[in-house]
Amino acid sequence: MFLLYVVVVNVVGNTPEGMIRIPFGVYKPLYKDDSLASSIPVQSFFLDATPVTNREYLLFVKANPQWKRSSVKRLFADSAYLQHWQSDETLGNNAPEKSPVVCVSWYAAKAYCAWKGKRLPTVAEWEYVASVSENTIDGYSDPAFLKRILEWYSKPTPHVLPVIKTTSKNMFGVYDMHGLIWEWTSDFNSILVSGESRGDTGLERDLFCGSGSLRSSDFKNYAAFMRYAFRGSLSANYTTASLGFRCAKDAP
Amino acid sequence: MSYDIGLKKVLWWKFSIFCSTLLVLSATSAFTPNFYDPIEGEETAILTSAPTVPPPITRKHATKVIVNLETKEVVKRMADGVEYTFWTFGGDVPGKFIRVREGDFVEFHLSNHPSSKMPHNIDLHAVTGQGGGAGASLTSPGHTSTFSFRCMNPGLYVYHCATAPVGMHVANGMYGLILVEPKEGLPKVDKEFYVMQGDFYTKGAYGEEGLQPFSMEKAVLEHPDYVVFNGSVGSMVGDNALRAKVGEKVRIYFGNGGPNLTSSFHVIGEIFDKVYTEGGVKANQEQVQTTLVPPGGSCMVEFGLEVPATYILVDHALLRAFNKGCIGMLKVEGPENKEIYTGKQNDVVYLPEGGAIQTMDDEVSKRPAPVTKAELMARGKRVFEANCMACHQGSGEGIANVFPPLAKSDFLMADKNRSIQIVSKGLSGSIKVNGKTFNSVMPAQALNNEDIASVLTYVRNSFGNSGDIVTVQDVVAGRASAVQPTPTTTKKPKAKSKGK
Repeated sequence: MFLLYVVVVNVVGNTPEGMIRIPFGVYKPLYKDDSLASSIPVQSFFLDATPVTNREYLLFVKANPQWKRSSVKRLFADSAYLQHWQSDETLGNNAPEKSPVVCVSWYAAKAYCAWKGKRLPTVAEWEYVASVSENTIDGYSDPAFLKRILEWYSKPTPHVLPVIKTTSKNMFGVYDMHGLIWEWTSDFNSILVSGESRGDTGLERDLFCGSGSLRSSDFKNYAAFMRYAFRGSLSANYTTASLGFRCAKDAP
Repeated sequence: MSYDIGLKKVLWWKFSIFCSTLLVLSATSAFTPNFYDPIEGEETAILTSAPTVPPPITRKHATKVIVNLETKEVVKRMADGVEYTFWTFGGDVPGKFIRVREGDFVEFHLSNHPSSKMPHNIDLHAVTGQGGGAGASLTSPGHTSTFSFRCMNPGLYVYHCATAPVGMHVANGMYGLILVEPKEGLPKVDKEFYVMQGDFYTKGAYGEEGLQPFSMEKAVLEHPDYVVFNGSVGSMVGDNALRAKVGEKVRIYFGNGGPNLTSSFHVIGEIFDKVYTEGGVKANQEQVQTTLVPPGGSCMVEFGLEVPATYILVDHALLRAFNKGCIGMLKVEGPENKEIYTGKQNDVVYLPEGGAIQTMDDEVSKRPAPVTKAELMARGKRVFEANCMACHQGSGEGIANVFPPLAKSDFLMADKNRSIQIVSKGLSGSIKVNGKTFNSVMPAQALNNEDIASVLTYVRNSFGNSGDIVTVQDVVAGRASAVQPTPTTTKKPKAKSKGK
């Protein structure tokens, strides 16, 4: 039924190329707070079917030379920005064309999306799509799905990343939500992990945090804990070898 | 009570900062109301991997100590044929040993390797402050965080990662020890060792080969597949055993990373002369057999070595030692002292009913002697389970580097007579089994001829072995033969001494 909807809408509607129309849904935040609803509605939107690749990002850099490795301002990207590329405009062996671009900052990802007439997805949008497995809308109810995600998180990042569309495709038709890279979200820093992940369950009600198991809505979803911790460790100009992005767009 | 002290310390510190500020402002050095030791000079801490400990601190003043520690996710050996993705402080489990002095001011640089998948941070129990440093050190891959702290309390402290999910980061090996030496130092010893216990949870059962993923289910249930010293099965046995000499005094800095199990730390064949329980600086107990060390806790033990032996370090919850890998060895060489320990002096037949009765008059001996292969196998299985399984394991695989395998064993299958000799008379010394060297002791088994015939038939026809039967007549003949069981290889000269 759901699948039928997805297929029909994506064929009939004016879905931009390379994007998937994500149907209206609900995101259940990992951290509960009295001031927050236990589930947040997510309006229908478009999401890139795959993460942005090195090849696509190279086109952006060529068109926007201020985002070249040698000319980017430190305020907007730290010194590891695009370090896996051979040079400013050459990808080289460590950055296959069809592998996701990584070592990009939040500012860079945001600029790329804007250049494409798009935007970064929100945490709610990203997490909602990520919770959908190959065959069910409620993927996190499937222990095997959670386990597979957790296994990816437990492995170090390979020197050269695999190409896109090699991990999994969920029932919306979105590829590589798990198992390839971490991804930037527009409001990555809105749910704070203070760094002291155990203290965050205490009295500081403004911080939703860490292994704040007391208020966690899902004790078993360790993978989600890790994404929250990872986001909490970032600043907007940080770049790392396993962190890339994909774009979203409002749907009419 | 302790809260009051903590509060006072904080207030004093604030006051001292206030005074120092005044001092700078007034540009006078006539009076320094500094309640902490003045910092003289600067040095970079020497960090060591287990079982090595950095050298004792000899300076008599506080200094600024720079610690550079790197978090790294690495695939390493958990046991023979078994690999695991360890998350580490410094590339090994346990993390690097850090040694500083009470009063030192530590500038801590935590670097997260660019290949890490996870952000990491560090909570040092030696730190007084938010999260023990965790609040200041959450570090994403490819970045470095810096924070500083004063070593307020001397003692042996655990440090660990405290990034969500904390239990998983610790279960993957993210812990180590930091020693804050008291100002007066610790008593001098001849050798110091660093040993840390941890429990691990894998998708496959103990010994299942390949790269084993972490099992969150087992971790939550607290059902580890591996309980090990220094990050892997066999980390301190065979050629990697700790080494010392008769007459020396040793100290072990022992920590427990957990995440779940409390250790009953024991050294087989020794008594701890002194135990600094719970990692404090007072040797508050003497003559201790087994000391309890909780996860996130530590202790220091000291003992003198009087006689040569291979002392076995275990968690005395013994199934962990013999079935999950929690075994280490301290090989001590030197002259024997028969006043303390004689070794086995004699082994004679025990005849409670007097010399006239030559067989044990019990039910077992009344049973008909096993003759057919089926009879030998059935009885052999029972004998094996009662006498052999604890060491050679139910699978016949033994324990890597400690107890040789019987399964597909070239050594076992090569010589029937030798096996009869070994079971009846014991074996000690170096042997080579399936290409691997074992150097330990198997005691003589007090079994009658029927039992020996049965158990040898059983092991020679189980665990992938296939051989002929061993008859009672074979055993009688074998026992009577003058040949003593001898090691296959000559003893190697001892490797160079390890330790500090």
